[in-house]
Formats: sequence, C-alpha cells, structure tokens
Amino acid sequence: MPAVSKGDGMRGLAVFISDIRNCKSKEAEIKRINKELANIRSKFKGDKALDGYSKKKYVCKLLFIFLLGHDIDFGHMEAVNLLSSNKYTEKQIGYLFISVLVNSNSELIRLINNAIKNDLSSRNPTFMCLALHCIANVGSREMAEAFASEIPRILVAGDTMDSVKQSAALCLLRLYKTSPDLVLMGEWTSRVVHLLNDQHMGVVTAAISLITCLSQKNPDEFKTCVSLAVSRLSRIVSSASTDLQDYTYYFVPAPWLSCKLLRLLQCYPPPEDGAVKGRLVECLETILNKAQEPPKSKKVQHSNAKNAILFEAISLIIHYDSEPNLLVRACNQLGQFLQHRETNLRYLALESMCTLASSEFSHEAVKTHIETVINALKTERDVSVRQRAADLLYAMCDRSNAKQIVAEMLSYLETADYSIREEMVLKVAILAEKYAVDYSWYVDTILNLIRIAGDYVSEEVWYRVIQIVINRDDVQGYAAKTVFEALQAPACHENMVKVGGYILGEFGNLIAGDPRSSPLVQFNLLHSKFHLCSVPTRALLLSAYIKFINLFPETKATIQEVLRCDSQIRNSDVELQQRAVEYLKLSSIASTDVLATVLEEMPPFPERESSILAKLKKKKGPGAVSVTELEDSKREGGELNGGGDRGPDTAAMAASNASTPSPSADLLGIRSAAPVGAAPASAGSLLVDVFSEAGPIAPSAAVNDDGFLSSAPPSEDPAPPLSEADELLNKFVCKNNGVLFENQLLQIGIKSEYRQNLGRMYLFYGNKTSVQFASFTTTVSCPGELQSHILSMHLCTKPVEPLVEGGAQIQQVLNIECLTDFSDAPLLNIKFRYGGALQNLTLKLPVTINKFFQPTEMTSSDFFQRWKQLSQPQQEAQKIFKANHSMDTEVLKAKLLGLGTALLDNVDPNPENYVCAGVIQTKGQQVGCLLRLEPNAQAQMYRLTLRCSKDSVSRRLCELLAEQF
Amino acid sequence: MIKAILIFNNHGKPRLSKFYEHYNEDTEQQIIRETFHLVSKRDENVCNFLEGGMLIGGSDYKLIYRHYATLYFVFCVDSSESELGILDLIQVFVETLDKCFENVCELDLIFHVDKVHNILAEMVMGGMVLETNMNEIITQVDAQNKMEKSEVMCFVTFINQCPCLDICSMQGHCFAFHTASASR
Repeated sequence: MPAVSKGDGMRGLAVFISDIRNCKSKEAEIKRINKELANIRSKFKGDKALDGYSKKKYVCKLLFIFLLGHDIDFGHMEAVNLLSSNKYTEKQIGYLFISVLVNSNSELIRLINNAIKNDLSSRNPTFMCLALHCIANVGSREMAEAFASEIPRILVAGDTMDSVKQSAALCLLRLYKTSPDLVLMGEWTSRVVHLLNDQHMGVVTAAISLITCLSQKNPDEFKTCVSLAVSRLSRIVSSASTDLQDYTYYFVPAPWLSCKLLRLLQCYPPPEDGAVKGRLVECLETILNKAQEPPKSKKVQHSNAKNAILFEAISLIIHYDSEPNLLVRACNQLGQFLQHRETNLRYLALESMCTLASSEFSHEAVKTHIETVINALKTERDVSVRQRAADLLYAMCDRSNAKQIVAEMLSYLETADYSIREEMVLKVAILAEKYAVDYSWYVDTILNLIRIAGDYVSEEVWYRVIQIVINRDDVQGYAAKTVFEALQAPACHENMVKVGGYILGEFGNLIAGDPRSSPLVQFNLLHSKFHLCSVPTRALLLSAYIKFINLFPETKATIQEVLRCDSQIRNSDVELQQRAVEYLKLSSIASTDVLATVLEEMPPFPERESSILAKLKKKKGPGAVSVTELEDSKREGGELNGGGDRGPDTAAMAASNASTPSPSADLLGIRSAAPVGAAPASAGSLLVDVFSEAGPIAPSAAVNDDGFLSSAPPSEDPAPPLSEADELLNKFVCKNNGVLFENQLLQIGIKSEYRQNLGRMYLFYGNKTSVQFASFTTTVSCPGELQSHILSMHLCTKPVEPLVEGGAQIQQVLNIECLTDFSDAPLLNIKFRYGGALQNLTLKLPVTINKFFQPTEMTSSDFFQRWKQLSQPQQEAQKIFKANHSMDTEVLKAKLLGLGTALLDNVDPNPENYVCAGVIQTKGQQVGCLLRLEPNAQAQMYRLTLRCSKDSVSRRLCELLAEQF
Repeated sequence: MIKAILIFNNHGKPRLSKFYEHYNEDTEQQIIRETFHLVSKRDENVCNFLEGGMLIGGSDYKLIYRHYATLYFVFCVDSSESELGILDLIQVFVETLDKCFENVCELDLIFHVDKVHNILAEMVMGGMVLETNMNEIITQVDAQNKMEKSEVMCFVTFINQCPCLDICSMQGHCFAFHTASASR
C-alpha cells in the first residue's frame, strides 16, 4: 500500500492548484493568486471561527503560493494557532508553515517557543520530533536560549525513543552552529561520544554529524571518539552485506555512515594507540581490497556506494600522509579511476589526486599519470571534468615536467571554455614564472599567452613579464626581438602592444643593429597599432616614443612630427594631450645629456615574493610607474632634507616644521622624514629608545638647555600599562583621530595618517589644570624588541618641551615605519611632575597592524578565487561573537572602511554579509588579506572570517576586529 | 552540510525548495533560477557534480544533481559531504517518494507539497542527514499517515472526481525507475 493515498487531499487546494496550472499567462496566474490571497485574508479576518481543516487548507494554499515565488505576509498567526492544536495534522501543517515561512526574527518566536515547549514535554514522540524539527529549521538565538539546556537532556536520556534521539542530535547541532556559546557540552561530552556505540544505526548516523562538528571545534575534549569510530567502522567494514539489514544499500553495508566515520577521523591525526591504529589500517586495506573485487551488482547504485566509501578512505589516507604503502595504493586506485567509463569517478579521481600531488610520498606516483590527465584535458566532454584536469596538471607540475605541462595548457587554452580561461591564464603565468629555468622560455610563454588569450590576461601578468625582463639583462635582447616579431602579426592583442611598446622603448636599441628592425622600422611598427588602441595604451606608447627619441636621435624628427599633429597635441583626452605637449617640449628644449638622464633605462624592480600577492595588488594603478615614482621621491627627499637635519641646532626647527599638523599633506614626504628624525639620537639609528637612553642617563642637548631635567630626572621605571589600555586601543582600530586618554590632569589627543608601511602620528598633550607640568617627558617603545631583538616597527619622535603651562597644549610627532607584522602595540610612557608629585603613566599607542592596509578593489570572481587560494587552515582565523555595538549597516560600513580595507559590494551572494580586501604593507613584505563578516541580526551575533597570506596576521586581525562590532 | 535542496522540472518550475540557511524570498527565487540555468544546460551523461552558482556561495559549494524524466533533484552541499554519498541520498529520496506515492510523478509533488516536505524532513534536518534507511523513513511516514487518516476521515474528498484534473494528470509521467538510463 502506498504510504500516501492519493485520495486524501483537500479538494479546495487541488482545485486551486489546477486553476494555477491552467493559467495561460503569467498575468492570469498573478490574478488568480491575488484573488486567492484576498479570499484567504478575508477568511482569516472573518468573524466566523475557522475549523482546523479549513485553516490547514488555507495554510497549504499559502505554502503553494510561496513556492511559486510570491511573498506571503500574513497567515503567521493562524499557523501559530495550529501549533497548539491537539490534532496531528493541524499541528504538523502549522510547523511546516513556520519552518518554511517564518524567519528567525519574527515577533512570533515567543509564541512559537511556548508551543514547542509544550510539545517537547508532551512525551509524544511524534510531537517531540515536530518540535525539534522546528527548532532546527528556525535555529534562532532566542530558541537557543530557550532550549539549549533542554535538548542535550533529551538526547542522552535513557527512555528517549530512537527517532527522537536522532532529531535531538541534529537539533543540538543546529543550535551549536548558531549559538555555540549557549550550548555547553561539558557534562554531556562523554555520553554524546558514546552514541557512536548506539544499537540503532539511525541514531549513530545523526549523532556522528553532531560529534564531527563538536570535534572540529574542541578536538581535545572529543578525542575519545577516535577509538570508538575506528571500532564502529571496523565492525561495518567487516560485516557481510546482509548483516546490517535495512542499512545495507545495494549490497553495501551502511555506506553513508562509513563515509561519515571516515570524515570524523579526518578531524584528528593518526591514532597514537598502536592497536587502534592497526585496526584502522586494516579497515583501510579492506576497503582498498574490496574495490578490486568483482561487483555484487551491476546497478550503478552499488558501485556508487562502494566508491563513496573508497574515496573517503583515500581522503583519510591522504590526510594522514604517513603510510607510504597506503598512499601508493591510493594513487594506483585513483589512476584506475582516471580511465573509468563513469564520468563521476573520473571527476572525483582528478579531484582527489590534486591533494595527493602535494604529498611528498606520492608526488612522483601522481606524476606517472601525466599523459592520462593531459588526455582528459583534451578529450573530456564535460567542462567540470576538464577543469579538474587543469587543476591537477597545475598541482603535479614541477621543474621536471613544467615545459610539457605549460605547453599542453597553452594549447588547450586555444579551445578552452570561456568560463575557465582566466583561471587557466593565471595558472600558466604562475607555472611559467615558478619553473622558468631560462627566461627566454618564460618570455615566449607569456607572449604566447597574450597571443592566444589576450582578453583574459590580467594586468599583473603583463606587468610581471616586464618586471622580469627589466630585472634580468640576459633576456632583454631576446625579449625585444620576440616582441618585435610578435607585433608584426596583422592583428595583435592590445596587451601585446603594451608589452611591445614598453620593451621596445626600453631595449629597442638591442635589436636596432639589424636593418630589418632599424629604429624607424620599430617606430613605424608600433605607431601602426596606435590608432587601434585604447587611451591607456596610447599613453604608454607616447612614453615609448619619447624613450625612442633618447635611444635613437635619428627618429627625433619623425616622432616630434607625430607628437605635434593635432590628434595628439589637441587630443580631447587630458592625459594624452598632456603627455604629447610635455614630451614635445622636453624633446625640443632639453639637451641630450638631460634627456639621457630623464629617460634613462628603468632601474630594476624590487623583487616581489609571490604572484598571488602581485595579483592581490591589482588595480593599484600601473605598478611599473608608481614604483619608480616612489623611489624617485625617496631619493629626492633624502637629498633635500638629509644634510640639514643632522645638526642638533636645526633639529628644533625641523621639529617645529614637522609638528605643524597637516593631516592632508602629501604623505610621500614621510619616507624622508622617518630616517631623518632619528638622526639626532647618536646610536640606535632609527629607534625609539632614543629617549629612554638619552633622557634619564645622558640628557641630550635640547633637554639640558632647560635645566629642569637635571634637577629632577624621572628616576622611576616606566609604569606598567594602564589596565584600560587595551580598551583605549580598541577605540582606535577603525579610526585615526580622537582623544586617546583623559584624566583630571591630562588629555591626550591623537591625529594620525598612514600610507604604505609608513605612518605619522601627532600627539597632543593638553594640561587641564591651571598649574604647569614640569619635567614633562614622553617615551615611546616597541614592546617586542626587548625579548626578541626583532623590531616590528621603527618609531621615532622628537623631544617635547619639558614645561607644559596650565591650560596649554603641546604636540609631538611620531614617525612610524612598519618593518614586519606585529601584535603588540607600542607603548607610550609619560612622566611629569604636577605639584611636586611624579606622575607616571603608560598607554598603548593605537598603532595596529590594520593601519598599514592598502585597500584592494576586486571583482567577485577574483575574490573567491583568492579566497580559495588562501585555504590552508592556519591562514584562516575565524571568530563567532556576540554583537557589542549597533548592527546598523551604515555603522558597520563606516567601521569596515575605517579599518583601511576596500569594502567590496556585490561580492558575497548574501547581501547581508560584508567582504573586504586589502594588502598590509610592511617593509619586508606585503600580506594580502581577505575578510568576511557575516552578521546575524536575529541572534545579534557575527561570524568573522579572515584569510591572510600570513597566519599571524589572520590571527591578530581577528582578535582586533572581534572587539569592534 | 546540505545548504539547499531544490526540485524543479525541465522548464525550471520549482516543485520543492528547502533552504537550510536563511535567504530572503527574492534571493531564494534567484538561486533556484540560477541553479536551473547551470544544471539544465548540461548534457546527459556528463558528471553529476558542478560548482555552485555565485548566489549560493560559488566554488566553496557543489551542486550535486540527478535528472529523472521531467524533474531535476539538486542538492547544494559544502565540502564536508561526500559527492557520491549525496548521489545515493538523492536516490534514497526518490525511491522513498516512489514507495510513498506509488509510481511517483511530477503531479504528486505538486499536489502534495506538504507530504513531500514531511518525507524530506524524515531524511534531512537542519541540513544534516537524519536517516538513510528507506524502510525506517517509510515507517515514520506511514505512522504519520495513520494518525492523519484517523483525524480527517470525515473530510476525504476524491481528487479523481475533480474534472479539471484530467488534463493535468495526462502530463504526469512517472519519473522514478522507468527511466533507468536517465537516473544515472
């Protein structure tokens, strides 16, 4: 007998659905629905009390309308009323409506909670299950508050029915996910773990999801689950196909549970206990052996279930990465699957092999399958599979096979699906750079890449080829020759023109000896492309032209002619016009010597560490240009200020200059100011202790002059930081200006500005009393330096006036250079005498790592790609916490912007969430950071996830930010 | 974790949507459309897995689907689930529907949305799998039906007598097992 008889439906509902289905047009459908909604509304509002059946019918209609994509804004109250009905059908439809339609912030939650409470205590297993389902579906914080303590009790009680236990386990899991702070496992831990031993397989199935989640969060407390899971697994694996009766699926004993057990074990390292480990290895071997046995059924379900277990076993073997024997067997098994006729298995084999390729034991074994994988890339019909093949080729690439793999990927690119081209291009570019032995191969590869898939070559790829050519003089001639040849093609991609323009502008002279590529031929070739190019490329070409004038004086007349023509010098685009005018003037006025200096060959670029970082830097403007600009300004700064500032007599003048608050001033100057300010402090060239050394022990000239210090040198050690120092610090994570500290005597205000890895902070000390402060000294120190001798920052300040009159304010400038990422904020110690009493206080300066953020704009796909690339567990830091401040969107946005990252719109599929991207600039390296903040307004909670290319940064940012929201 | 379970027909008409994470109604509808778009353009005989659409979370999530005659069954899952395991789960779901409705067809899902939800609730709860044993699931559903029967005897009406349904029911192809080739 079918479990659902077709005759027991509701006539009114059936008629309504048929009506809808018979509607000829969308308009007719909407009309019919509106009519029905009006009808139901009037019924609900009517005076006559509806019986349970009618309520159920109307609620069903509403559900159907909702499924069709129409908003339902009423009926909730009726559904809640149904919950308290004694009839199963009514109760059930009420719960259904609520789990489909009620979101967790509804005001009805309290009423719903009441009904749930009644049902949970009803001892009727069906009602209890309905209630547990409802909690698991809505899962709001209020529900967690109401039931988090009740549900574990139901779960482990001896007299609870199995079906209720199952529901209770998953219900608890849901509450734990939404409100981990409310679900306290402590006393239940061991009884929950022992559910793995339960007689009823359904209970084990539900419990294992709960245990897996809890183990991931508290691995130590749940460690005992390992041996239980191993013995359960071993019992299943060694059972005959009929032992488990209903849990045998197409002759495979309990495949789902086996997979879940193997997943649970992946939360832990290999078992230490020899016996347990032996048993587990035995299980894994049995699973691998079974794969070779003839199938017990021809049905695809049979092989599916068998292979599901096999793939999980292989994942576990890869996770342990310690049993070479098993690893090689796993690899061979996957090798067989690579050629399997089932597409699903080929897909999964390629995917698993990707992780296997990173193990040192099996990397070589994976490489033996290279031909098969290349073949898959060429012949698979399914783009999902081809993509996995491309991933695997990328993963198995090393120096020995790089040329082959890059060549294959390049040739595949010509026909590749549009959806994966960009990723392929990036992969080829990364591999080519990583494994380039001779750079002519690298140049060829990248130029081919531009030729084949120019549209998908992002800026960083062609920036990178230029950087490498400029930095390696052995490849410059070859590069010039190759781009010259590539440009001869009748149609070449604009990116090619850019690379060509840049390289010929720098190194065209290296091939000018050949009459076939004489200067004029080169110029004409470039200029023939000019009119087809976009403005930025034209601008680049104009710069190439002026470089030509320097390289080849014989082209000067021709080029000046070109610059002089109306389409250049009167171009409607300001940038082009300006370049044309300036270059024309420059070429006519400047002497050859000046020209040669101005248009000198580009200096080598500073080495960058990783292509991913380079990619993260995207959209920071043409890197090639901005880097040189920066370097130039540094050089200039050094010359202009360097000499003068060194003498102590000008120090004061410099100080007064520097202390003029100019938050809007161009911060490029900072570069020069940083080393300069430190100069007076004889020893530690750039250091903070400038003061702690110079002040008390050997008072410096400036201090001495005053005579105050010598009479009363502050003899005490700096006080420990104030207890509220951290709190004060947290106020400044997302803002740069404000009052840092205030008591009855003193107010300290701060203005700060940051650029790249440099910062400047203005400290304003205000005397709130009417009496002068004497012997006023301040000391700034970096807390880490004492222990590690590794400085995370250079800080330098100038001495302040030792006298602060009553009601007066003095200021001090602090220059900061971030050397490496850091956790501890620098300390500011202030000592002064107020009415004879020595005041000594230490604060944390609000210099946090996020101040050195450069925002990075990127598209959604870029974001997710990078997100995936930063997938090592230690690169991620995550925190779930309760909201301490307003959850208002604008407030949140302002904070995230204040953080210094770029706030990316339209990236996260859920519009409620925020994602940000930025690069932290330190002197030594750049750290790419991605951030995702998921607010849950109902629960007043946030989940914050950070992924950074450096794990310490992830952790620190996560700590800092968790206090902000 | 299973993030969503969607059933829609060959024309993209949703027949069941169950989200285990909160989205607003508009986003849910967009996700259904996006998923239909991704799944329906794929050939038969290609693999049953693909990366999720942007709305549902992009490549961190996988769509695992089966196509039975007129209907697509799509599970959107994160990386903690076994792909083949989920394929089996879809199969169990369909076999259970088939047992409960006796040769289930698209119309059954249309006219008994509540029943389908109930059956699904016996298998999946809050995005996690509750039970994989078909007999156990059917026992639970049976028990519920018995209770229901005893309560609503007096309201039984016969859908078959409703004239406007005749046309519709002709479209109701059974999709479960008679299309073994498509069920791979």
